Amino acid sequence: MGVTVKIPAQLRAAAGGESEAELEGATVREVLDSLYERFDGLSARIADENGSLRRFVNVYMSGEDIRFLDGLDTPVSDGAELTILPAVAGG
Amino acid sequence: MAVTHLRCRECQAEYPLEALYVCDRCFGPLEAAYDHSRLGGDVDGLRRRIQAGPQNIWRYADFLPLVDGPPGPSGRLASRTGLPAGCTPLIRADRLAKRLGLREVWVKNDAANPTHSFKDRVVSVAAARARELGFETIACASTGNLAGSVAAHGAALGLESYVFIPADLEEQKVLATGVYGTKLVAVKGNYDDVNRLCIELSAERDWAFVNVNLRPYYAEGSKTLAYEIAEQLGFELPDRCVVPIASGSLFTKVVKGFDEWRELGLVEGELPRMNGAQADGCAPVARAFAAGHELCKPVKPDTIAKSLAIGNPADGPYALEEARRSGGSVDSVSDEEIREGIALLAQTTGIFTETAGGVTTAVLAKLAARGDIDPDERVALVITGEGLKTLDAVRDTFHVHEIDPSAEQFTTLVERAPADATGVPAAFANVGQER
Repeated sequence: MGVTVKIPAQLRAAAGGESEAELEGATVREVLDSLYERFDGLSARIADENGSLRRFVNVYMSGEDIRFLDGLDTPVSDGAELTILPAVAGG
Repeated sequence: MAVTHLRCRECQAEYPLEALYVCDRCFGPLEAAYDHSRLGGDVDGLRRRIQAGPQNIWRYADFLPLVDGPPGPSGRLASRTGLPAGCTPLIRADRLAKRLGLREVWVKNDAANPTHSFKDRVVSVAAARARELGFETIACASTGNLAGSVAAHGAALGLESYVFIPADLEEQKVLATGVYGTKLVAVKGNYDDVNRLCIELSAERDWAFVNVNLRPYYAEGSKTLAYEIAEQLGFELPDRCVVPIASGSLFTKVVKGFDEWRELGLVEGELPRMNGAQADGCAPVARAFAAGHELCKPVKPDTIAKSLAIGNPADGPYALEEARRSGGSVDSVSDEEIREGIALLAQTTGIFTETAGGVTTAVLAKLAARGDIDPDERVALVITGEGLKTLDAVRDTFHVHEIDPSAEQFTTLVERAPADATGVPAAFANVGQER
């Protein structure tokens, strides 16, 4: 068992059309790194050259924005679900 | 029409005018782009064309992202099609100005829209574009005002609608939405949770989520607030504008509206100083401004100003840029100051605003008290919503004299009652009187 990453519609073309990926990793950063390894080209879209998330990318672990946790260093437990979504304004 | 394509605000990549909102390349937000040279260079002619337009936002159709022109069988009928928004009063508020030690304050009262908030501007544009694109269902994630506006526009245009709100929303806003016959979904969570759910749902459904996949069109509607303020001042700009910030979209689009008209020569002069207004209980943009940051750290909202309770403001970085570029600021006020702001506006102008307007008024008072405003400035105060939607905010801020139907009781219990016997907190007693 690993971690389920939900891929947003805008990135599916770069992820072989997949809407989810089963990956391994102890932190959000490690899980995302294995996502980037599996799908070429995803890294450039959601992370900048330093590996930080671009400013319009939000990542949620089990529904909670990782910026309320430990960001990319947030520990990920087996069976957790990570969701990548674009930031959208409006109210 | 002058609209030409969608463009990524971050990397400038271009996209067709479809139901798209995120750049595939960098995840940046898409924005409507225009070729205003198509309008010709005749500034006087353009002004006359605006003034001859309908008494609603479609008088600015040349600057809005509709491909087929104003909705309705003809431009002449645009004033009677759908649920026309805009052309709300701009009122010179001399008593408010005097109370704050200022010379010229104008109140833009956007509570005077069909569903009593500025959201009718953005929804009018999004719903019209949804029809152009062939959608049969409109939907939204809302902090309350958008909910009522989407439900009402769905009813007016014969479109099915789904409205998603946080479960703890004010009862008045829930009732004023459900009445229109929408499918109303109360989500157990805050607005940021509702927004996340809607972004997920929008990927799998063929609906026009006005503030998700139709967002580039929706957001443009807010520019009409800037156009109207300028037109109502006789095609002149105010020196300063105080505007509430939730996601930051309204604030940045008001700037875009002023900038477009400055570039076209419809108005002259500098961009007004832009002051953003937030509640202390949800002030990610104000905090980033004070700290000199370019990004906003998200917060968990806790404020009576629920219509501004967006803890993760996606347009926050742009709002920060515009506040700094214009020489303005972003400030926040406490819940108590919000309630005082509502009372101050009501007692000096006769305008009863919701908590968001209390935030805006209280921030204006704060700027004036701090000496940030030159007394000779012309200031525009943007009031985005109606007080009847947040009635709890004014509970216990005034005294009701209860008497028998007796002239004697009226004399003794009302006319001769000591001023301090009403039990009303001093901050609210005669707040509109000159001190």
